[in-house]
Amino acid sequence: MNITLNNRPENFKVDNLTISELLAIKNFTFRMLVIKVNGKLVKKKEYANAKVLDGDVVQILHMISGG
Amino acid sequence: MKLMNFHQIKEILKNKIIGIAGCGGLGSNCAVALARVGIGKIIIADFDTIEESNLNRQYYFFDQIGKKKVQCLKENIHMINPNVKVEAHNIMLDSNNIVDIYRNCDVIVEAFDKAKMKQMIIEIVSEELQETPLVVGLGMAGWGNNNTLHSKQLDNLFICGDEVREVSEELPPLAPRVGIVANMQANIVLEILLK
Repeated sequence: MNITLNNRPENFKVDNLTISELLAIKNFTFRMLVIKVNGKLVKKKEYANAKVLDGDVVQILHMISGG
Repeated sequence: MKLMNFHQIKEILKNKIIGIAGCGGLGSNCAVALARVGIGKIIIADFDTIEESNLNRQYYFFDQIGKKKVQCLKENIHMINPNVKVEAHNIMLDSNNIVDIYRNCDVIVEAFDKAKMKQMIIEIVSEELQETPLVVGLGMAGWGNNNTLHSKQLDNLFICGDEVREVSEELPPLAPRVGIVANMQANIVLEILLK
């Protein structure tokens, strides 16, 4: 499948991935994330089940302390 | 971008309500910038009192140390522009009270220091106040590196900062970079309101 991750095209040799799998493959280890798939927020407790499919637009933001 | 003179700009802004969540480095500086240009009403909330260590970046004065941030920010705003209505909540914001306090705002500015609080307000606003734009500050610790500061839009969520530098003992938040990001947030508020 082909997706857009943080504005970059990405190709995976599978039909779908859960958010947890995507984070593991792309080495996102940051504790505090905000994830949107096609503009819709995916909460942490949904990472293990929420699917990313072909054509999806995924945005992953690191939450960083300071202000 | 529509071209307008300051009189026309003020005519639009005087009817607008902006919510600012947190009155530290981001919140105090962003509120002052928005007060100067003539926003009608600013809703501020914070539970904290001013400490000397805050004065390296926050819009307070030495003789305000020990006082409540929301009360002092209200006073400081009114010394600059007495026409701005300021609704001040001396309260610790959480996922229960954010919606009630900021429900009627045209734009909400996230101005917390802790990552966990930033995540919390993004989740709450995305779920409960989907129509309200949220402007978040993300990454501003240290000094220098002007060119890494940027802004970007994800639907109704706007991000300002370098998205990299987290505060730490060796990378403190300081007036220049915190002020730049606070003013970037205010600048995005204007862009949204004057569209």
